[in-house]
Amino acid sequence: MIKQQRYVRETAHPKRRTIPLAFGVTIIFCLLILRLWYLQILYVDEYRALSENNRLRFLPVAASRGALMDRNGTVIVRNRPSFSLALIPQEITDVEAMLDRLASLLGLDRAELEERWQKTRGRARYYPVVVATNITRDQVEIVEENRLRLAGVEISMKPVREYNFKQSAAHLLGYIGEVSEKELDSEAYLDYNPGDYVGKNGIEKAWEAELHGEDGGRQLEVDSRGRVLRVLNESQPTVGNSLVLTIDQRLQQAAERAFGSHAGAAVVMDVTNGEILAFVSSPTFDPALFAGKIPTDIWEKYLNDKRHPLQNKALSGQYPPGSTFKMITALAGLEAGVINESTTVHCDGTYEMGSGKFRCWSRAGHGSVNLRRSLKESCDVYYYHLGERLGIDRLAAMCRRFGLGETMGIGLPGEKKGLIPTTEWKLKRFGRRWVPGDTPPAAIGQGYVLMTPIQMVSMVATIANEGTVFRPRLVKQLVDADGKVLKEFVPEILGRVGASVANFKKVKQGLYAVVNDAGGTGAAARVSDLKVAGKTGTSQVVKLREDRKRRMAYEYQDHALFTAFAPYDKPEVAVAVVVEHGGGGGAVAAPIAGQILRAWSDLKKPPQRSASPLEEEIDIQPQSGIASPVDAGAVSTEKEPSE
Amino acid sequence: MIDRRLVTNFDWTLLGLVVAICLLGILNIYSASAAYKMVGAPYYIKQLNWMAVGLIITLVICSVDYHLLEDFAYWFYGILICLLLAVLLVGKTSLGATRWLDLGLFTIQPSELLKIGIILTFARFFNNYHVVGGLTIKDMLYPLALLGVPALLIMKQPDLGTAILVILIALSMALFVGLRWTTMVGFVLVTLPMVWLGWTFFLRTYQKNRVLDFLNPERSRLGSGYHIIQSKIAVGSGGLWGKGYVKGTQAQLRFLPEQHTDFAFSVYAEEWGFIGTLLLLVLYLCLIMWGLTIARRCNDRLGALLAVGVTAMLFWHTVINIGMVIGLFPVVGVPLPFFSYGGTSMITSMVGVGILQNISMRRFMF
Repeated sequence: MIKQQRYVRETAHPKRRTIPLAFGVTIIFCLLILRLWYLQILYVDEYRALSENNRLRFLPVAASRGALMDRNGTVIVRNRPSFSLALIPQEITDVEAMLDRLASLLGLDRAELEERWQKTRGRARYYPVVVATNITRDQVEIVEENRLRLAGVEISMKPVREYNFKQSAAHLLGYIGEVSEKELDSEAYLDYNPGDYVGKNGIEKAWEAELHGEDGGRQLEVDSRGRVLRVLNESQPTVGNSLVLTIDQRLQQAAERAFGSHAGAAVVMDVTNGEILAFVSSPTFDPALFAGKIPTDIWEKYLNDKRHPLQNKALSGQYPPGSTFKMITALAGLEAGVINESTTVHCDGTYEMGSGKFRCWSRAGHGSVNLRRSLKESCDVYYYHLGERLGIDRLAAMCRRFGLGETMGIGLPGEKKGLIPTTEWKLKRFGRRWVPGDTPPAAIGQGYVLMTPIQMVSMVATIANEGTVFRPRLVKQLVDADGKVLKEFVPEILGRVGASVANFKKVKQGLYAVVNDAGGTGAAARVSDLKVAGKTGTSQVVKLREDRKRRMAYEYQDHALFTAFAPYDKPEVAVAVVVEHGGGGGAVAAPIAGQILRAWSDLKKPPQRSASPLEEEIDIQPQSGIASPVDAGAVSTEKEPSE
Repeated sequence: MIDRRLVTNFDWTLLGLVVAICLLGILNIYSASAAYKMVGAPYYIKQLNWMAVGLIITLVICSVDYHLLEDFAYWFYGILICLLLAVLLVGKTSLGATRWLDLGLFTIQPSELLKIGIILTFARFFNNYHVVGGLTIKDMLYPLALLGVPALLIMKQPDLGTAILVILIALSMALFVGLRWTTMVGFVLVTLPMVWLGWTFFLRTYQKNRVLDFLNPERSRLGSGYHIIQSKIAVGSGGLWGKGYVKGTQAQLRFLPEQHTDFAFSVYAEEWGFIGTLLLLVLYLCLIMWGLTIARRCNDRLGALLAVGVTAMLFWHTVINIGMVIGLFPVVGVPLPFFSYGGTSMITSMVGVGILQNISMRRFMF
């Protein structure tokens, strides 16, 4: 019961009450001033003493970085302590003399000390300047013994990475290194100080914020010689969170062994949820070298190697998918109603279109080819024909439904998009119209089409699970230092292809034939007790006539590809193998995929069957008796672009 | 269109006081952030920009007759309640608190707008609600409900500082309207159990720790008690004349937490000493007294209520921030108006100044 009354102007104005309010305000302000007088005048000496007479110093204590584990909890990367030498600028009167002393005492390079001193000085005033990292325990002891002569010198301990499996999965894990000048100037690294270690690549970089932990610090009261009188404040560093990765380290190592000394990438994915089980990029490198000062000769070797060991080929390598792409062309054809499983095309080894003449890899031709056979024997003419009837834009639309031509959002630095050409794209990129002759090469995964190995494995996984595109995931769980699960990562569906199950089945039958039927191009990927389905691919790096290929230099050799899934009846796992300049997909890539699937299948079996299934059973599949036809679409038309 | 009297009556005293505090603040922010490594524009430049934006907002607000604000008050209140609910549901979480709402183009902090919102709402309510002999407890039920809903929503975020400020602003306005002594006693009787309930059910552990740390800073020298100790060392060591500009060791060694925002005053106190803090406090006192003068000189009830509300907002910010920095109050994240670095605080305060200016300019019109 609230009475709403309009005010009566003069009588209702409570202005007279501003007086008591003003009184109240004045009293409270007087209290504030009294307090300031108490602090700043009465007790000034005490607080001055605290702030000035004592030398307070802040000594950062680096947080221990979180560990990286595989899906079974096997620790892949952990920490070990590393010592570094720091100078506190305001404590040192004669820097030159100090640097001389340090150089001679510890046997360090004088010029290097000088350089680091100059570089990081003045960044944050009163903050220790790191002049040498990764010094030995002996050197630490020398410093401790000579404490009195080394006022203003600090030893700080920082945890650095230790790699339990050496170079294994180096591209996936990434490495850590000292934060660079450029990083320090960027927004993301505001809380960092010179000398801090940060993730530089791979998981280490992508998950820096979680892994790093929170640096702690000690506020010390020291005497004029730099000896610690007492610890005023201490905030313990918080250990960074650890990650449980999706990879299985045993499978990872088996895959690396299977890949051998080739250059390229191999990725294994769980088709039911997008988890990456193995992630190989070859040749690899030693991530431990990056934490300290990397030896110049090794650095140069890495940089000059034409096989690019530092490149993460699984994410950043973009390759023409070659004939592995035919599974998509086939599905697009079935979906569009352009073909059905019994449609036949006659292949006499060439396909003519306007002025262009496209060749099948089989010079003699395949004769009458239906869908199953077209996949099994990888007949190019069948797909030239299908591509022409389908048109590039319908083909590209199917690719988009597979999530191709875009990054898959795996969450590591350097992921590439690949390329799915369309008429619109060509006009924009080259200012020229898409001509009919551009389509046949695209239909067999050549021409402008490019895919990363991650996209290839996703493509075959999507075929295997009949239409669900999962985001490839590398991290299963985020756990804290006590092992408590902070976050469980769940499968993420990027999209659904939306094609009919019947059509998927038809394509899958073809892929099964590739590996299992007589005359299939992927016979080398057969695994006993496991039904494998797959597709070979041999993608051209440059267009060259067959006869000239023989004398070609390494970097002009064809890429060998193989994509597969297994088990055929109830798919669980997909694999993509790209061997750069390896030659034929059936001959080179398929056996590698076969060995990886063999290892996968062995790891799934109950462990009692064999004490160490890894060591015993991953012997090389017998390769004899396998016809390894080169299924390159040997194209001879001037419209064919080179990579 | 614009009355010539408006221009001749422009309140230069108000503007002068605000600009003086702002400039001292910017000078201080330069020193407080000198030890930072920075990306992009330095803080003092950014603060200069915020000040300019704030002054423009002030001009915009004082160009519209404040009586229009009355019609708009309840709508504004309703929208803010919706926004606060939205924050709880889909708000952006940062540093453990959910206070921001992402509107795509920019993020807003509805709790900050509510400071202005509660001033408008209470001004409109009390403008139309006339009692003789002070407000009884029954008279207060409706305004307390108006206050309670947003205050609880803000506490839930959790943002204790803002919730306390909103309550203090509202109660100051009620005090201005006049309370019976029975009402005041009633408040005390209701508040004590409320505080107990709040302590037991509403406060987060970190908030409880802050209160405990305040009561006994030695309790944890590492946690939030650290802030109070370091801030007191900074202020105390300033002495009479201070250590000199950009020479405060506490600040330059970065012993102070949040030293360009919430603890800006301790940097200032260390470097400018008692003389400096006295000057700044006198400036604030003048500003608040001037706000009350505007309320007094204004010829209608609405204007007086609005002016007192805005003045209360500036007053409580100032007292709580300085009180916190010198160890009189627990650490709550309340910035010092015009002085601490930060766009949100600057804009809110300048909106308040705009309302004061608005009232002051129209004092002869009614």
